Amino acid sequence: MKYFPLIWAGLWRKKTRTIFTLLSILVAFLLFGLLQGVNAAFSRGVEGANLNRLYVQSRISFTEALPYADLAQIEAVPGVTKVAHASWFGPYYQDPKNFVITFPVEPERYFALYPELKLPEDQLRAFIQTRSGAVISQDLAKQYGWKIGDRVPLRSTIWTKKSDGSSDWSFDIVGIYDAAGSKAFNADFLFNYSYFDEARAFGRGSVGWYIVQIDDPRHAAPIAAAIDKLFENSTDETRTQNEKENAQSFLKQQGDINLIVTLIIGAVFFTLLFLTGNTMMQSVMERIPEFAVLKTLGFSGSGVTALIFGEALVLCLIAGLLGLAGASAIFPLMQGFIGVASLPAGVLAIGVAIAVVLALATALPPAWRLQRLRLVDALAGR
Amino acid sequence: MTAAIELRHVVKRYKRGKQSVEVLHKLDLDVPAGEFLALMGPSGSGKTTLLNLIGGLDRPDEGTITVAGERVDTMSNGQLAKWRSRHVGFVFQFYNLMPMLSAERNVELPLLLTSLSGRQRKANVQAVLEIVGLADRAKHKPSELSGGQQQRVAIARALVSDPTLLVCDEPTGDLDRQTAIEILDLLRVLNREQGKTIVMVTHDPKAAEYASRQLHVDKGQLVEDEARSAA
Repeated sequence: MKYFPLIWAGLWRKKTRTIFTLLSILVAFLLFGLLQGVNAAFSRGVEGANLNRLYVQSRISFTEALPYADLAQIEAVPGVTKVAHASWFGPYYQDPKNFVITFPVEPERYFALYPELKLPEDQLRAFIQTRSGAVISQDLAKQYGWKIGDRVPLRSTIWTKKSDGSSDWSFDIVGIYDAAGSKAFNADFLFNYSYFDEARAFGRGSVGWYIVQIDDPRHAAPIAAAIDKLFENSTDETRTQNEKENAQSFLKQQGDINLIVTLIIGAVFFTLLFLTGNTMMQSVMERIPEFAVLKTLGFSGSGVTALIFGEALVLCLIAGLLGLAGASAIFPLMQGFIGVASLPAGVLAIGVAIAVVLALATALPPAWRLQRLRLVDALAGR
Repeated sequence: MTAAIELRHVVKRYKRGKQSVEVLHKLDLDVPAGEFLALMGPSGSGKTTLLNLIGGLDRPDEGTITVAGERVDTMSNGQLAKWRSRHVGFVFQFYNLMPMLSAERNVELPLLLTSLSGRQRKANVQAVLEIVGLADRAKHKPSELSGGQQQRVAIARALVSDPTLLVCDEPTGDLDRQTAIEILDLLRVLNREQGKTIVMVTHDPKAAEYASRQLHVDKGQLVEDEARSAA
């Protein structure tokens, strides 16, 4: 600690330069925190996947529908214990930016397949009995202030009603379920498939995908193969995956977020490495006579090197932590989009580790250069 | 009086391009403890090179250098750094203070290498700042001090670890006459009252008069000032 005033003073030798460098690093870490945080939030959904569940979707794309008639055939496959289905409804509430993750489902089938979603028995009954009924997650209820008894209008970006050709659909909230910490279901809006199928203008008798519960995760591969075999060479060929694979495949179709995030962050830190490295080199080269004086006074070569590393470390850690703190502050604002309210701790830890590596990497060249200088030459400013 | 500094057959060469230039030729020197020695000579005569060797900033190509009873010519860089921190205080022509540190932080620098506590360091810094008459300027940065005050801070920094030897390279070269006299008076007091051995390089004959002995470095050899020696 006794060297800290020396490190701190050296860091602020050129205030403007230090502030600009600090801001560059800060923005890079803010970007890192946000992108990596979003990535981690998605990955967490994948990691939390249940391997007892298989997803059956069109072989062409998850946007292609499958016939409702497939349900009975899938149910008959040995090893399959339960089958439910869902479809992509794609609506927003009042404003296109208020996107609501909404699926038409068969209530009994769906909640039987997702026991982790806790819906009181009376509310499940009300859901089954109310044609325009809908149940929502606690987080969604909190987000929009919806409660049981509310009538909620949603505008679908896909489905129109055959009665009037309108995209406006109304639902009665009859239940609020507890997603029990599940990140995958904490923002969902579920409504009756029967209402959806009767009212929609096109696509009747189809579903988006099937969710299949199996007796044992070890049987997943043969069961998946058996299901796909059922529809082989039909007009609606299927692809069956477990929940984890399905989540990953969904993300891949979204444009491989992980790869994009990694590339962006890689480019940012690569640029930052040169920027900060150049600043550190310039800062040290300008102060060679000062470092020479320190060595004259008895500071060893490694002692002076430690001061340079200390400066880089303080700079990168302060800027990095400020950037990550900024990302943490912004993260709750994105909850509606990614379903996670706080920056994962793992991202913070990786961020701190990157800041340390960045500091070491940028301090190394000037420290090495300083080590090679002859003391009498450095003192004479040669 | 025992010799604080003893140089025997010291040779120092520098490379200039492909040529090797011998700056000091088999030079011998004895400086008794407590002496105030002035080294004079024209530019390029080798006086700063000699000072660097005495101060342990450089090593000779040949010969031996013993300072305060220790052979410094055989020490490694790390050993030399430690040795300098214990035995030598440096005063430079352009003060060489850290511009971003206050006077007291500048003076404290050599003490950071010791095991003294923060409180002890502060007390020692305060004591030497009082010796050089700058106790009231402890919090000022070098840019807020005059040239003479900056050199006093540099002297305080050189003194704070109580070294055996003070090595001064043109300590008055950047100061006006009156301030130079004040600095030289201070060095003389340190020599006479605190018994510090001082080796000072200077161009200025008036500054050299403050020393108890003057030597001229000429073409890599030492020549005693005959007038003073005779006196």
